[in-house]
Amino acid sequence: MTHYVILEGVIAFLLVAGGAFVLIGSLGMAHLRDFYMRLHGPTKATTLGIGCMLMASMLYFWVVDGRPDAQEVLITLFLFITAPVSAHLMAKTGLHMQLRHVDKTQGRPSELREEEIGEKPVPHPDRGHG
Amino acid sequence: MLDIALTFSLATVVLALLLNVYRLAKGPDMPDRLLALDTMYVNAIALIVLMGLWLNTKTYFESALLIAMLGFISTVAVCKYLLRGDIIE
Repeated sequence: MTHYVILEGVIAFLLVAGGAFVLIGSLGMAHLRDFYMRLHGPTKATTLGIGCMLMASMLYFWVVDGRPDAQEVLITLFLFITAPVSAHLMAKTGLHMQLRHVDKTQGRPSELREEEIGEKPVPHPDRGHG
Repeated sequence: MLDIALTFSLATVVLALLLNVYRLAKGPDMPDRLLALDTMYVNAIALIVLMGLWLNTKTYFESALLIAMLGFISTVAVCKYLLRGDIIE
């Protein structure tokens, strides 16, 4: 009997942590001032939050059905693999479009230097010959 | 205990979706909107998982997997469009 109580506590903790992380990720995306800052919230906190929720769901159905199932593990793996790829692509898009950044944002990639932005835009590396 | 945790979790996910809608409507540039949409996909998956826990059924997890795949592919497609002006070259 006691280990059901412990498992219920673990599932409840994972649910609460997942909800908190998802909220923190979206709060960071809504609140921060700069696209390069905003990229941090959803890509890290939201991924961790949904990982917690899927672990909670997997544990719950393991306890209820009596056997583990691979579906939640599949969703978790897929999300954890694709989140950094889409974040990298979005960061590349932001740099390519030369979005404005506040002074507190650290790092000065060559795409965002002042002398490059003004008259002459940076040529895309794949289109450099034209 | 599980009911309270589930209710709290549902409330936070819905609040997160509302914040995403705010950023989707306001976002000054296209990548901001794209980021908001990508986060909305992930939060929709979270909502489906919580609905599965609430209704005590595993029927909807296939749709969660489908949403994860379609969300990733559409994010990559819009990123390619913004980077190159074309999706398939």
